[in-house]
Amino acid sequence: MKLYVTDQNGTVHKIEGEDELQLMEAIRDADLPIKAECGGACACATCHVYVDPEFKAVVGEPDEDEQDMLDLAFELTENSRLSCQIVLGPQHEGLKVTLAPGSEID
Amino acid sequence: MNERSETAPAEATPGEPQKTDAIIIGAGPVGLFAVFELGLLDIKAHLVDILDRPGGQCAELYPEKPIYDIPALPVCTGQELTDRLMEQIKPFDPVFHFNQMAEKLERLDDDSGWRLTTDAGTAIEAPVIVIAAGGGSFVPKRPPLPGIEEYEGTSVFYSVRKMEQFRGKRIVIAGGGDSALDWTVNLQPLAEHLTLVHRRDEFRAAPATVNEMRALVEAGKMELSIGQLAGLEGENGQLTAVRLKDKEGNESELPCDALLAFYGLTMKLGPVAEFGLNLEENLIPVDTEKFETSTPGIFAIGDINSYPGKLKLILSGFHEAALMAQEAFRIIYPDKKLRFQYTTSSSSLQKKLGVA
Repeated sequence: MKLYVTDQNGTVHKIEGEDELQLMEAIRDADLPIKAECGGACACATCHVYVDPEFKAVVGEPDEDEQDMLDLAFELTENSRLSCQIVLGPQHEGLKVTLAPGSEID
Repeated sequence: MNERSETAPAEATPGEPQKTDAIIIGAGPVGLFAVFELGLLDIKAHLVDILDRPGGQCAELYPEKPIYDIPALPVCTGQELTDRLMEQIKPFDPVFHFNQMAEKLERLDDDSGWRLTTDAGTAIEAPVIVIAAGGGSFVPKRPPLPGIEEYEGTSVFYSVRKMEQFRGKRIVIAGGGDSALDWTVNLQPLAEHLTLVHRRDEFRAAPATVNEMRALVEAGKMELSIGQLAGLEGENGQLTAVRLKDKEGNESELPCDALLAFYGLTMKLGPVAEFGLNLEENLIPVDTEKFETSTPGIFAIGDINSYPGKLKLILSGFHEAALMAQEAFRIIYPDKKLRFQYTTSSSSLQKKLGVA
């Protein structure tokens, strides 16, 4: 599937996603700058993304664990998600997300 | 995140240079297992870690999360793995220097080894250095507010060293975990005014502390503001106010003298980058025979090293520790014969382990 990721500088990247992959893994494997320091365990909040409003319903809301971790992120919006907690499937074709502050690699 | 190990390891106190055989930077799983492999070869070790307890990422990031790929342990949590390693290395009496960052590494004048100095002033000397620093030092997350560096240490803080310094101050505490809530409850009696800022009206901190905070709010002794930090006001390092924004994006100003921000920790390579070693993308290249860096006597094991085919797995770090120890032995005991032995059959190894 195709995914559109806007990096921290505003550049849009068209990347390839695969079913059952975490969105974070798809972004990382495309060599985009995402810190994701806990490696996808919902334990650090450094893979924070903003989901494009038109995909919000498809992607869904964070669960309680993810909400707790989002407390450790900055610049949160209604569209904030941790990309390690979005498991890709056919419904995500064309998904658009933006890497949030705090996800950049030092 | 505040799980603490039941083990109470020996902690050293700062002072005169302490001498040992190997200094391990980082007390994560790989650093801990290095104590074991070194110990079997009669090599004593000190460990330095910026956290206040052993375990590294296992203790800080996922103490309660399951790990499934440790050989012969079908499942264990980060904390369990740490506790088991602590038990395994007990016979070797490692000395821990917690709450300290390895800051400076110098070659000793007589070329007999290295002196490592920590940010707390502890100096340790040894012929062998083992860097097992994972992703670097855990340091507090800094809110991305323009100019925040200017206030750090004078009116923006990420930890509390002396409570008294906050007496009579107007304090803003930001965060929703145990640190934020504990300090809210503890500093409220001293503060002239205290506001807790959190993005939502739910807290992941211990419920008892959350209830205490809510009672203080109820009694009019402090305020709770639901929103996020949006900016800082002040000059010459002295805050006069923080700007907050609510869910709708409306900004407001909250006058204050100090901001305490508790958004957890993140890893930064830190002073290891100044040790004079080759670095490639914040990793330390090593050979795969000895896991030695380009500087003889300095080894790098675990997530911080790189070599062709490297996998950042705990089990890879364990293997690297075993091979590193072989070369460390040759450096520390140049005249002794290195004998390969099994713990199952060697009575000498079993004596060291205290089981013979």
